[in-house]
Amino acid sequence: MRSLDDSENLAGRVAEACARGEPLRIQGGGSKDFYAGPCTGQPLSTRTHSGIVHYEPTELVLTARSGTPLTAIEAVLAESGQMLGFEPPHFGSDASWGGTVACGLSGPRRPWAGSLRDAVLGCRIVDGRGKVLSFGGQVMKNVAGFDVSRLMTGALGTLGLLLEISVKVLPKPECEITLSFECSHVESRERMIRWGGSGLPVTGLAWDGRLYLRLAGAEPAVSTAVRRIGGDRAEDAAGFWNGLREHAHDFFSGEADLWRLSLPPAADTGRLSGAWLIDWGGAQRWLRTDADPDEVFAAAQAAGGHARLFRTLNPQAPRCAPLAPALAALHRRVRAVFDPAGILNRGLYPEAA
Amino acid sequence: MRPFECDALSAYTVLPWLAVLPETVEQVRAVLRLCHSQSVPVVTRGAGTGLSGGALPVAEGVLLSLAKFNRILEVDPANRLARVQPGVRNLAISEAAAPFGLYYAPDPSSQVACTIGGNVAENSGGVHCLKYGLTVHNVLQVTLLTIEGELLTLGSLGLDGPGYDLLALINGSEGLLGVIVEVVVKLLPVPETARTVLAAFDSIEAASEAVAGVISAALVPAGLEMMDNLTLRATEAFVHAGYPVEAAAVVLCEMDGMVEQVEAEIARARTVLAGHGAVEVRESRDEAERRKFWAGRKAAFPAIGRIAPDYYCIDGTIPRKRLAEVLGRIGELSERYGLAVGNVFHAGDGNLHPLILYDASHPGELERAEALGEEILVLCVEVGGTVTGEHGVGIEKLNPMCVQFGTAELRRFHALKAAFDAGGLLNPGKAVPTLARCAEFGRVHVHGGRLRHPELERF
Repeated sequence: MRSLDDSENLAGRVAEACARGEPLRIQGGGSKDFYAGPCTGQPLSTRTHSGIVHYEPTELVLTARSGTPLTAIEAVLAESGQMLGFEPPHFGSDASWGGTVACGLSGPRRPWAGSLRDAVLGCRIVDGRGKVLSFGGQVMKNVAGFDVSRLMTGALGTLGLLLEISVKVLPKPECEITLSFECSHVESRERMIRWGGSGLPVTGLAWDGRLYLRLAGAEPAVSTAVRRIGGDRAEDAAGFWNGLREHAHDFFSGEADLWRLSLPPAADTGRLSGAWLIDWGGAQRWLRTDADPDEVFAAAQAAGGHARLFRTLNPQAPRCAPLAPALAALHRRVRAVFDPAGILNRGLYPEAA
Repeated sequence: MRPFECDALSAYTVLPWLAVLPETVEQVRAVLRLCHSQSVPVVTRGAGTGLSGGALPVAEGVLLSLAKFNRILEVDPANRLARVQPGVRNLAISEAAAPFGLYYAPDPSSQVACTIGGNVAENSGGVHCLKYGLTVHNVLQVTLLTIEGELLTLGSLGLDGPGYDLLALINGSEGLLGVIVEVVVKLLPVPETARTVLAAFDSIEAASEAVAGVISAALVPAGLEMMDNLTLRATEAFVHAGYPVEAAAVVLCEMDGMVEQVEAEIARARTVLAGHGAVEVRESRDEAERRKFWAGRKAAFPAIGRIAPDYYCIDGTIPRKRLAEVLGRIGELSERYGLAVGNVFHAGDGNLHPLILYDASHPGELERAEALGEEILVLCVEVGGTVTGEHGVGIEKLNPMCVQFGTAELRRFHALKAAFDAGGLLNPGKAVPTLARCAEFGRVHVHGGRLRHPELERF
């Protein structure tokens, strides 16, 4: 893996663009361009800014530069028997560390091991003026100052170009088993609620027509959990969870709009129709539908959550429901704190535009 | 007005101009609108258990107590969440969730009295943070009023919210950004069992290395705590927990979860602790013994209170691998200042709580204790840590904040504050130091010959 600190150059490029009022399009591996959406501006690549800056297995902390390939980070952690607890999707072999954090997505383990945002401890960024800033740090408990590091997570690079991000990592479990069950949509909901909050060592709970339950931990604990629950061992469990995380599962192929609904796990989505795949024990639901976006937004909000149009062939389609006016105004003011000229990834965060 | 003059950092008192105790969101809104229109500062107060002066009143301002917002609005076991008003006590949430086999994980030491609104404002921690996270990891949604009286909902009842993660900003914002009027927290299943190992060491270094060893062994304990000899002796004399008082340090390591998981982890923890030179390793055989192990740890602060007229509790976090070094340097500082320091802390996440023993009736001793505390916090930053792990900055740690953050970062903090509260009326003077203050502080703490904030005039 190449290791290079290109922060000075990147900061200089942003400062120049700011002086000229020219928008910049931050580029990592490009694996999640479909998610971020269309964006205007001169490309500015972070790929030259790469390498693991700090990794201390006894501290459970890793710090890496934004251009570092996600696969390289996962490989280094695996050598020490550790992993990213939030199991991030790559969506392509070129996924970068910066893009992963900027998109803020987490995989099937999220409800039990925490999200990417939960794991973030600190970051260095270049703001929209070209200034290098540091927030948070590398220790587990830090409540000094506003939590800007987590604010950057999922902000799609519109609040700053991420230079380095420090995260908490976790030990890999000793044993992992996936059970599967023949189960209707209605039955799956009841079981997800029961098992998801049971205290069993659950690390995945998903339904695609069959119900899949992943258990992980010490071998005796996993064996006991298997005895208590019953069910069949799933075939190609790793393939299933990987396909779910990376959207390689058959459900995700096709051209109909793909929606992500983030909901309370027991929530009812009413009359919303389409094809469903349920993850996160019911808290993350994927929907393929031709329904009107406003109908999807309204159903998710009525259920206590929110919806995002995740993949679409229509670049003009609204990705998110509009925020309440006072909240939208606050988003604009927060964005102006970090990028007053609005040059970073212009167009990617319409909520704050 | 006297009951409102301070929070739990009682060395500082200010009488507020006015205290108000509203009962409804509309009343809070009316107070805020009035204060906004008249440019009157507002300090929000929960139970007042904060240890950094974060809810210290402002003389010309309103003290807004949310004590009457003390209702649990809903416990939803299917969705594993509770919707509560900000004045609900931390422990009351777990009590309300207990019939459903659920609880709220973050457990600050003051959980009997402290409120969830204050927990969110301070991003409070406790023993269980290493495994279960801080408040920010356990809050799903916050409804707050801005100083203009606008009602905002951040987060959602799902596991994430739309828009920027402003919920993260609110957690730990120390009352500077808005007034919290409702909180939705995540509930977790009550663990099937919990067991604790007590390991005694004849040196601080060995105990510190054992802590790192536990983490290296792929264990994430529910609690990993440490006490030094001074604290051990004080607590043993107070609660008679049967601690080995000759030990230089004791490590308490607790595992929770399924019985089989806990058995496997406890066995591994015992091996690791013994392998790092523990002179004695005990394991709790039943719940009563587990509680006995923890009795001393939980009573450590009052126990120290019995052996000194006053003590000053510091709160900084350091990387775990620097534990032995930092504890050694705290010992040197203790000698230099002529004030004893007891250490009892969350070793697993590096969150130190040195207790500086002093006597306020001796002129100048409080000031000496504060100066020693400040040096300890600066030391925490020097080794790669932070000036506060769970108590917040308040008024107490404004100077060390100038060491942890540079001018550019502090400017962004002030700009963020202004994005929420342009007039600076909510809890003014707390959490984020002014640059002028940092310039003053920097003048007397020139490190390595480099003057901090050279761009600023000296005052």
